[in-house]
Amino acid sequence: MRLLTHNMLASNVRGATTGYPLKLEASNWCTKEVELNADFIRGLLPKIDWRALVAATRALGLPDLLPDEQPPEEEIFAKGAADVEGSAIRRIHHALLEIHVQQGSLTCPDTNRSFPIDKGIPNMMLHEDEV
Amino acid sequence: MADGDGAAAPGKLTELSIGGEKGLLRKGKASSGRTLNTAQIPLVASHPEVYEPCDDSFALVDALLSDKAQLLTLQPRLCMEVGCGSGYVITSLAIMLRQLGSGTQYLATDINQHAAKTTQATLEAHGVHADVIVTDIVSGLDKGLAGMVDVVVVNPPYVPTPQEEIGCKGIASSWAGGLNGRQVIDRILPAVREILSERGWLYMVALEDNDPLDICHLMSEVGYASRVVLKRCTEEESLFVLKFWQDPHAGTHASPKYSGSESWFSQLPFRSLWHKGS
Repeated sequence: MRLLTHNMLASNVRGATTGYPLKLEASNWCTKEVELNADFIRGLLPKIDWRALVAATRALGLPDLLPDEQPPEEEIFAKGAADVEGSAIRRIHHALLEIHVQQGSLTCPDTNRSFPIDKGIPNMMLHEDEV
Repeated sequence: MADGDGAAAPGKLTELSIGGEKGLLRKGKASSGRTLNTAQIPLVASHPEVYEPCDDSFALVDALLSDKAQLLTLQPRLCMEVGCGSGYVITSLAIMLRQLGSGTQYLATDINQHAAKTTQATLEAHGVHADVIVTDIVSGLDKGLAGMVDVVVVNPPYVPTPQEEIGCKGIASSWAGGLNGRQVIDRILPAVREILSERGWLYMVALEDNDPLDICHLMSEVGYASRVVLKRCTEEESLFVLKFWQDPHAGTHASPKYSGSESWFSQLPFRSLWHKGS
């Protein structure tokens, strides 16, 4: 599971108000390089919950990958920024698409119901009495 | 009906097959040296509790292949398969859209955790990636992905079965469709409409027994136009692959007179099957 998906995922357990963002814990994660596509980031960024993304990176022990506040779009999409190591767009790209959580859990902020992530796959299934 | 071929063999479709709905040229085993456009059966993972690629899976992939040029033009940002089973379909989609690179990302869900793992293995065997999630349809993703997904593909559990079979956890969840095979389909459609983007396309397999005309009609009432991308008759069933997209005029055709035999609906979508609306 990549952090892009974490950013879209909520707990659907009975009793949850928003069920979002899910608290991420990871005992094992890895990175896989993916070509940066600025148009993809540009299209997606308005839909990204920045705080949830930052919280997820910090939960993985990456306190400096992303700043508390989203940088202005002029900075993110500045000409040539994609070619500059450590630029905002490269960090965002890395956070969203290159980090794969292999083992861990997602915890509902409202109910503390925990959903396992096993071999990269989050299991959001509920028991009948939880729906 | 055009393309009503009775073919069922797990044949491969090569580049040659693209470029016209009737021009589907079926190959036997993968011919060496050719770019394959689909997942390769020997590389598709399997599990006793997971539905193997079958006629319906091939029909869906063939329909996507026949729309490949349009899909490439659409440049979907997010593609998603609901009920990914073996992973054959989402893997094939990722392969046929490979040239879009990281501008297109893939998601897949299945209610069956064995299917999710099998899909992951199939994706990995082909060197493509999708985030796979064990969930019921799009539960937990509906709000986060609202209006964001450009292509949704679904091969739903469409087999008419007793209602009790609905909700079974294992392989039965891949086929058990309840009354008229519609029970799960009728839950999938509104959920998918939530996540489809304004320009988004839904491809879905349906059986004659599911009353595809009725499905198209229900979708038209909520603003979706439809087209039959492919019809295929096998020994056991008549399979359709339906494509839906938002059309502000779709609903205006629908009422008030779709009951008469000469209404628009008796004409659509089967006679205007190949119109180039989308």
